[in-house]
Parts: sequence; structure tokens; C-alpha cells
Amino acid sequence: MSAVTSPAAPRRRGARRIPVTWLGMLPFLLFMAVFLGVPLYVVVHGALTENGHLTLSYFSAIFTQSQYLVPLKNSLILSLWTSLGPAVIGLALAAAVVAGPRDGVLRRVVSSASGVFAYFAGAPLAFVWIASLGTLGVLTTFFKSTLGYDLAQHFDISSQLGVGICYFYFQIPLMVIFITPALEGLKPEWEEAARNLGATRLSYLRHVAAPVLAPSFIAAWLILFGSAFSAFATMLALDGCTQVVVPCKIYFEMSNNVLTNSIPFGLALGTEMIGVVGIVMIAYWYVQRRAGRWLR
Amino acid sequence: MSAIGQPVHETIVSRPKAPPQPRPVARRRPRPRAWRVAILVLTAIFYVLPLVCAVKFSLINQKGTYGPQNYTAIVDNGTLSAALVLSLEIAAITAAVAVLLVFPTTVLVRLKLPKLTIVMEAVTILPIVVPPVVLAAGLLQMKETAPLWVVNDFFNHPVTILAPMYVVLAMPLMYRAIDTGLRAIDLHTLVDASRSLGAGWPTTLWRVVLPNVQTAVLGGMFLTIALVLGEVVIANQLDQSTLTFPLQMLEFASQDNAPGISVAMTLAALLFTFLLLFSLSFLARRRGPRAARVVG
Repeated sequence: MSAVTSPAAPRRRGARRIPVTWLGMLPFLLFMAVFLGVPLYVVVHGALTENGHLTLSYFSAIFTQSQYLVPLKNSLILSLWTSLGPAVIGLALAAAVVAGPRDGVLRRVVSSASGVFAYFAGAPLAFVWIASLGTLGVLTTFFKSTLGYDLAQHFDISSQLGVGICYFYFQIPLMVIFITPALEGLKPEWEEAARNLGATRLSYLRHVAAPVLAPSFIAAWLILFGSAFSAFATMLALDGCTQVVVPCKIYFEMSNNVLTNSIPFGLALGTEMIGVVGIVMIAYWYVQRRAGRWLR
Repeated sequence: MSAIGQPVHETIVSRPKAPPQPRPVARRRPRPRAWRVAILVLTAIFYVLPLVCAVKFSLINQKGTYGPQNYTAIVDNGTLSAALVLSLEIAAITAAVAVLLVFPTTVLVRLKLPKLTIVMEAVTILPIVVPPVVLAAGLLQMKETAPLWVVNDFFNHPVTILAPMYVVLAMPLMYRAIDTGLRAIDLHTLVDASRSLGAGWPTTLWRVVLPNVQTAVLGGMFLTIALVLGEVVIANQLDQSTLTFPLQMLEFASQDNAPGISVAMTLAALLFTFLLLFSLSFLARRRGPRAARVVG
């Protein structure tokens, strides 16, 4: 806390004042640089060097060999549907909650629960689904004993569908958290004005609410996409990597270092993930700037 | 934390800029519409049904009969309770460090460097999308090349290596919580008043600003606890000799073939953090509607 206390000399020349005030940013930025920046740099650096000099061979390998391309494709497909689905459902849920009274019990329950579910991350939530739909899960045994339907033969919790369901469990709350401020920014006056001018509810939604919300929705969806793309804990909890996705491939390459020199390939895949996430974040940034226009 | 409890300047705050918002009495009380009910019921089923299943699953003990053994094991089992203590320790350190980093920095940005808001948002949203598996890969690489004393003092102890990484992962939620809290109060007037009465910066931050955003700060801290009690990816890859609480969940499910205990641990952790956040939302309501949103 000490650095912030720098007594920013009040009202002196700008050139003098700015550096002193900026010092207050140092602890935070330094911390992030050391514990977020350096590990990422080490990954990129390791992917690009071999015995101390520059090489692109690891990159050309991960972009030509199918053992590295298939995980990328799978990851993108999985992230796409596990971000689009929750984005739509989360928007609907947030709209349903925001339409209610401001400090009602419903809103407080949803707000607290979204925080817990969204930030608890994948592993514990996966256990909830293992307990329900796993081979020994409560629903599976219930279907078998009362309906005579063997769910285990048609559905596997560690299939892509099963993993996706687990993702929905934390992605929907994440969407609620990110879209609720935008929904609260929709002023009731706008709807009243539109109604007074003869708009139906549908045309209000289409011509006023949708355009105002669109940038926020896309921005939130991009965050969800990034979150799904980087998720790995669910897979770990569902008994190892049953899905061939990039995080699992990285995990294997980083831990199988005894037999082959696979670590640089893991680092190259890591760089690839950083690249994808970087593109997503740039898009997010572009959209987010437009979102701010109406909702401040 | 004693200073937080002092409600000294509360009355000054809510008055000047945000006059007690007229409750929207005049607006017609919205009748619950069909679409709201439908969405709420469907999501409630999606969230509650697996939880109920998980409760039932966790009550089946090793012998196949019903009983609370899975829950008592959390306390009785030596390694398990040690893991719980370790994780709570990491959670406490993580939450404290995250607040110390984010709170003064955010105040500084809002007061003196509003142009840096965009930088703060960018830096703090990164950990949601940067894959933890890549962070862990970077850490492993650093461990390979780091001097021995760094490995011994830093990498080889779960608290010293995991707490800083979890602070990074907690940045998105901590920043959003504190920023929302600071938006809701009249920070400039508050700080000017405190400073002109002769308080230094540390006193102003600790005894004037902090008590006014205490629900937001506590909300961020509770979410951080949720995060630490659920994170497995980094901890798993660093391969510590002492396992954290969430790693023990994985361990019981895969190695010891006792998923019931894993599910019991999950539910206990979920309930614990949900109750923390939910009780906080009541505290938030007392402080007026603008502070009511604990999360996000």
C-alpha cells in the first residue's frame, strides 16, 4: 500500500506530477509482470529457441502434423458450442432476473450463485455431474432401475457432449456476471419512449434493445469463448484427458519428457494458445469500446 | 480488519452525488411473464437437479449404505484435513494479497489516472482467458532453469508458489468487485474531505475508503476463496508433495476410488462459499441499492 501514498504534489506542472503518481501503479504492474508476464514469456521463448538460437521448427511441426492439428480443431469446435450456447442461455437468464425487483431474493440468490459457480472452475463442478450422470451416477442408476433404460450405453460423461455439459455449468453463470451490467444499463425510459411512439414490444426489442446490447453480448461471448478454450480442469476431473484438445496435448507433452524431447512442442502449443487467446482479446477490445457508448 | 467495522464516514458518502434513489413505486409492478417463469424454472432444474443428485451420491458411503461418513471423513481423515487447512491458508494469503494489490491501485486509477482504466481492465481480464495449463508450463520451465535457492525457497512449497499464481487468477474477480464498489460511492468528495481534515493517504485508504466499499472487497475475497478451493490445473502440474484440498478431490476420485468423498468435498466447499456470498448480499442491501450487487 505504501507506494500509493506517494504524496502526489498537488497541482504542480504535469511533467513533474505524472511520474510520481505513476509510481503507485508499480506494485500492481510489477506483480502481474512477474507472475503472469514472465511465465508466458518463458513459454514463447522456449518454443522459439533450440540450444540458444532461434528456430521455427517446433512451430512448423505443430502446424503441419495432424497429431497437433487435430487437438486445435477439436478445441475450437468444443469452445465454439460451449460458448455460444451458454451465451444465449445466460442472456435469457440474466434478462429474466433483471426484469424482477432490484433487491429481491431471486436476484441475490442468482448473483451469489453465479459468482460461486463461475469462479469455482471446472474440477469440483465436474464431480457434481459425475455424481449425476456418471456410470454410477444417481440419474443413471435411477433411469436403469425405474425405467429400464441404460443411459451408460448411450451417454458417457467424458464424451464431448458430457464435457460440454460440465462447461455449460460454469459458462452460463460467467455470462450472467458479464451481461447483467449491460442489461441494467437499458433504461426503462427507452422502452416507454418507443411505446409512446407506437412501437410494439417486439419492435422495441429489435430496434432499440438488440442494437444497444449487441456489442456487450459479443464481448461477453468472446470472454466465454476464451474461457472454454483455456479450460482444462474439467478434463482432469473426468479422469484424465478423454478428449483430444490442446490443453490435454500440452499436459502430455510437458509431462512425458523422459522418453522424448517433447517439452518444446508443448511450449509451442502453449504459444499457439496464447495466440488464439490474443486474437480473441483484440476482438473483445474492439467490441467493448463500442459497447461503452450507450451503457455508461 | 478492525478498522473496517467503523462506519464513520458512511453517512457522508451516500448523500452528495447519489441522493437516495426514489424507489420505483410509481412504475407498475411487473407481472411475472411466462417467458421469465419458463427460463427461471428451466435453469433452476439444470442447476438444482445435479446438486440434489450429488447430495444423494455423497451420502452413500463406502459400504453402499446411507450415512454421513463421506462428510465426517473431511475432518477425520488426517491428510484430508491437512489439505483443507493448507488450502484455507493459501486462500487467506491470496485474498489478502489480491486486495492489497488491487484496492490502492484501483483507487489511484479512479482518482488520478482515469486514462489507465482501460489498461487495468485489459490486464485484469487476461487471467480468465490465459490458459492455466500454459501458465503452469511456463512455471515448470522456470523451475528448470532457476537457481537452486529459488527452487528450494519458492517452487518447492505449495504456499509460496501457489499463492502468487492464485493472486493472478483472482485479478479479474477482485478488480471487477472493487471497481464496482468504487463506482457506487463518491470517491472524490470522500477523499477530499478526508485529506482536508488532515488524514494522510494510508489513513484515507484504510479508514475512509475501505469501510465504504467493504461489501465489494469482501465479495471479491470470498470469490477468491471459491477459486482457491477449486483450482487444480496449476497445482496438479507443479506436482507438489503436499496436496491441496481440490487436488485431494481428484486423488480420491481416481486413485482411492472413493468418488463419494470427492463429491462430499465439492458440496461442502460450494455450500461454504455460497453461504459466505449470500450472507454478504444481505449486508449489501442494508447499504443501499447501488451497493447491492456483490458479484460483478
